[in-house]
Amino acid sequence: MKTPEAAPELPAKALAAVDVEAISALDLSRPDAGLAMPSGSPDPDGLVRDLVSFYPPRVQRKRSRHIKVNDPHEIPKIEANVRTAPGIITQRGCCYAGCKGVVLGPITDVLQIVHGPVGCSYYAWMTRRNQADVPDDAQNFLNYAFTTDMTENEIIFGGEKKLAQAIREAYEIFHPKAIAVFSTCPVGLIGDDVHAVAREMKAELGINIFGFSCEGYKGVSQSAGHHIANNGLFANVVGTEELPASMKTNPFRVNMLGEYNIGGDAFEIERILARCGIQLISTFSGNVQYSEIARSADANLNLIQCHRSINYMAEMMESKFGIPWLKVNFIGADSTAKSLRKIGRYFGDEDLIARIEVVIAQEMGELEPVRTDVRTRTNGRSVMMYVGGSRAHHYQALFSDIGMPTVSAGYEFAHRDDYEGSRVLDSITIDADSRNIEELTITPDPERFAPRKTEEELAALEAGGLKMHNYDGMMPEMAKGSIVVDDISHAELEHLIKVYKPAVVCSGIKDKYVIEKMGVPCKQLHNYDYGGPYAGFKGAINFYIEIDRMVNAEVWRLITPPWAAKKPA
Amino acid sequence: MSIIEAPKAHNPKALADQSKVPLTTATKSTSTTNACRMCMPLGACLAYVGFDATVPFLHGSQGCATYIRRYLISHFAEPMDIASSSVGEAATVFGGEANLRTGVTNVARVYKPEMIGMASTCLTETIGEDVPGMIARITHPETGLAAETGQRVPNLVFASTPSYAGTHADGYHAAVAAVVKAHAADGAETDSVNIFPGIISTADLRHLHEILDGYQLPHALLPDYSVRLDGATMARYEKLPAGGTSHAEVVASGRALASITLGGLVTTGVELAGDVLASDFGVEHLRMPLPIGIRLTDTFTDRLSELSGQPMPAWLDAERGRLVDAYIDGHKYAADRTAIVYGDEDLVLGIVSFLSEIGIKTVLAATGGHSGRLAAELAAVNPGRNIAVIDDSDFEEIEAAASELRPDLLIGHSKGYATSRRLGIPLVRVGLPIHDRVGAQRLHHLGYRGTQELFDRIINTLIQVRQDESEVGYSYM
Repeated sequence: MKTPEAAPELPAKALAAVDVEAISALDLSRPDAGLAMPSGSPDPDGLVRDLVSFYPPRVQRKRSRHIKVNDPHEIPKIEANVRTAPGIITQRGCCYAGCKGVVLGPITDVLQIVHGPVGCSYYAWMTRRNQADVPDDAQNFLNYAFTTDMTENEIIFGGEKKLAQAIREAYEIFHPKAIAVFSTCPVGLIGDDVHAVAREMKAELGINIFGFSCEGYKGVSQSAGHHIANNGLFANVVGTEELPASMKTNPFRVNMLGEYNIGGDAFEIERILARCGIQLISTFSGNVQYSEIARSADANLNLIQCHRSINYMAEMMESKFGIPWLKVNFIGADSTAKSLRKIGRYFGDEDLIARIEVVIAQEMGELEPVRTDVRTRTNGRSVMMYVGGSRAHHYQALFSDIGMPTVSAGYEFAHRDDYEGSRVLDSITIDADSRNIEELTITPDPERFAPRKTEEELAALEAGGLKMHNYDGMMPEMAKGSIVVDDISHAELEHLIKVYKPAVVCSGIKDKYVIEKMGVPCKQLHNYDYGGPYAGFKGAINFYIEIDRMVNAEVWRLITPPWAAKKPA
Repeated sequence: MSIIEAPKAHNPKALADQSKVPLTTATKSTSTTNACRMCMPLGACLAYVGFDATVPFLHGSQGCATYIRRYLISHFAEPMDIASSSVGEAATVFGGEANLRTGVTNVARVYKPEMIGMASTCLTETIGEDVPGMIARITHPETGLAAETGQRVPNLVFASTPSYAGTHADGYHAAVAAVVKAHAADGAETDSVNIFPGIISTADLRHLHEILDGYQLPHALLPDYSVRLDGATMARYEKLPAGGTSHAEVVASGRALASITLGGLVTTGVELAGDVLASDFGVEHLRMPLPIGIRLTDTFTDRLSELSGQPMPAWLDAERGRLVDAYIDGHKYAADRTAIVYGDEDLVLGIVSFLSEIGIKTVLAATGGHSGRLAAELAAVNPGRNIAVIDDSDFEEIEAAASELRPDLLIGHSKGYATSRRLGIPLVRVGLPIHDRVGAQRLHHLGYRGTQELFDRIINTLIQVRQDESEVGYSYM
């Protein structure tokens, strides 16, 4: 539980020395230009043609729409969030993975029951390495995987009774605050109504119990599951409790949306916010408890880290409670500093702005020597990254910190706006796969709706260079001539590595060993290769050192034996 | 259902009791908490990878392929490509044949495999997809894929593997049986032996080859993923790495002298490849436990001697001798110690039998499998030992039992780590999955050599506990 503490003392002299006026004049709305493509890079248009040449003609046409040569000033349209071609070995997961695995999974004290056969629960059992710092008196179900373990009997005769019994028993044993139920593929097909069972059990047991229709076949990737999870959390938990008055003394109250505390990232963000005197109420969903989410409607600003997985929540909270949202990026030292300045700008408090500047200066002071040293060995070496729905964008900032240009990048499950920015939202075609994911209609809450900023204040912020409820996307921050690949396949990845010979590729475990067989180090950005944190300032230091180790390790030089090296090529 | 308090850590230095949740007693509950088995399609994919130039292909939601890939990859630390028909909502309603057909076309074009090993998932089984019918239409000489695209269609085999019907071990055996059923052929008997090794490590597979070669016994391991799932780094990546049981070996398996299935404890209704060959072609089928420990390895090598007409090779005889020597040297550390062994039924049977040779009492043999035959087979190999068995089990039960029985050791895969940590009981890692240590592929379990490695690891674990517990700090144990 995050309890508000008095912000630590900062040196008065340093605070007084901050030129608040100059800081307030900074343009925080302009995207950061990506590092230019290294000289001698291959012709990108030819490369894109080669990349799809091994597919059948129809698949060639389909894939070509997902692969674009970037121009940050004239962003090309890229196809995204459409169904993967069958038989192409994709990185994508399923709706259930996005709902249970990503969004709900990290909540420590909600007992989560997977209604389905055994595998689905097993594979989501602590696999994402979400960390949590759970108080002694609180429950922690993170290392539990509960499943109804459906057998043929339930497939034929229905599994509702077994589910109800499982909920009842779980309650008797653990007495949790809340129980969530997740549907896997067979559940929707055999017609089990998890929501009805949840309602009945909620009435019987008197705790909050809610279900998710996140069958694996829904949508086109885990993205559908994020949306379903957002809807369920919003409808059943957000705003159901009020923040105690004693915790409402600090006006700078925020929620952190889309931060899953992989490798301890959320801990570092918590540390930085606390130093700045910003009170964190709830993190969706990392190092977080049920009641924190229930009280999250009492925040005055929502910060979005992973836009793809959680933007629905921010929109709904703004409509119902009047809380504006701001896109931030705590990955990368420079981008962390910029994100903190945006928060300061939003609240517009001179003391807060000064505090933030002093914190940035102190943290950067510790970080700079490491960055400068690592940079001597990494500068100019190229990177490719194909991961997630936000990480492939965020991590480019961290590599830019140490002079490494991103020559190609793409997401697994993002939508067009994550590539091209919020400005294309209205032009996104909704296909049948996405139409089936419920879009909740939200109206202002008659009692709790309170706009945190007036229309005029928001307009003034905008005019002063702070874009609210906006995400510029990945492509404006990538170099001209870099290649953007949506939902990359194995075959395409292999070809790009051969052509670009990058110093490091960032991906996930499914590609890691493919990449390393080719003699190129692979940094996993889903589970961080069991390292981290990489967020914030201390995380950036960890990452610089880690990348330095990876790209300069002796082992890569041992792959080719001396006798093979002697032979003429 | 009664609740007992979370026990205090046995070993004060252990990082025990992370959990804020009380442990429960071993009561059979409706739900499964922290399962001790994986799903059928995972086993099928693992088996298919052991056949040369084969791409595993799951007909269902793409999440199944993704989850299974990430699991197997984290164990083997090797690439593992599994294709999926990516069945979505529309295909769920109207049928997934078009997806399956496109999937096969794309895999054939990009990977150029000899075989596509297909398996169903919960989704496609629940909607009742007729995959054999689809395969017949894809391979139809006039209207099939080859006629339509001019492209060569790989061999397509199919195993039915809904997760709700069995375990990963069942899926593995179902896939092997499907391959053999589709391609084994009759003909003049050869002097070759089919070995159906079950789910074992890549090091074990290599060692089996070595032993069989030692008897100069022509043989095929069906399947054999020892090369594909333990490959070298050569600065180039093969889309479809070479290695595995060849198509010719599968075809010839119908003419073999005999088949040996190691393990093969499967859920009722799952067919073993050895039984398929016995009924289709009259190939003699011998089933025996995994050769772990001296007695079970003796059973195996004795059979090999009979089949080959050769005596035990000198190097193997020497390995046996050294193992006996090691037992003599080390069994004092093991005597009267207790263990809980959990995991796949075949592995549990082998390991428990081995432990009984060195004086470690298995206080509980637990498995997530449900063949219903583990207790009987354990009793047959270890008469008079009364080994407690729970099958169809999960870690809720295993942990509750462990907190009461307080064994000296846990022996099983990585999923027992949480129990080991909470109770402060050391865990010796065997089997699959092992994703919290390096080298799962290189662990030996089988033969005298594998037993030797297990023996050393187990005894050294016991010695270390004694050493750490002693206040003196002996370096001479």
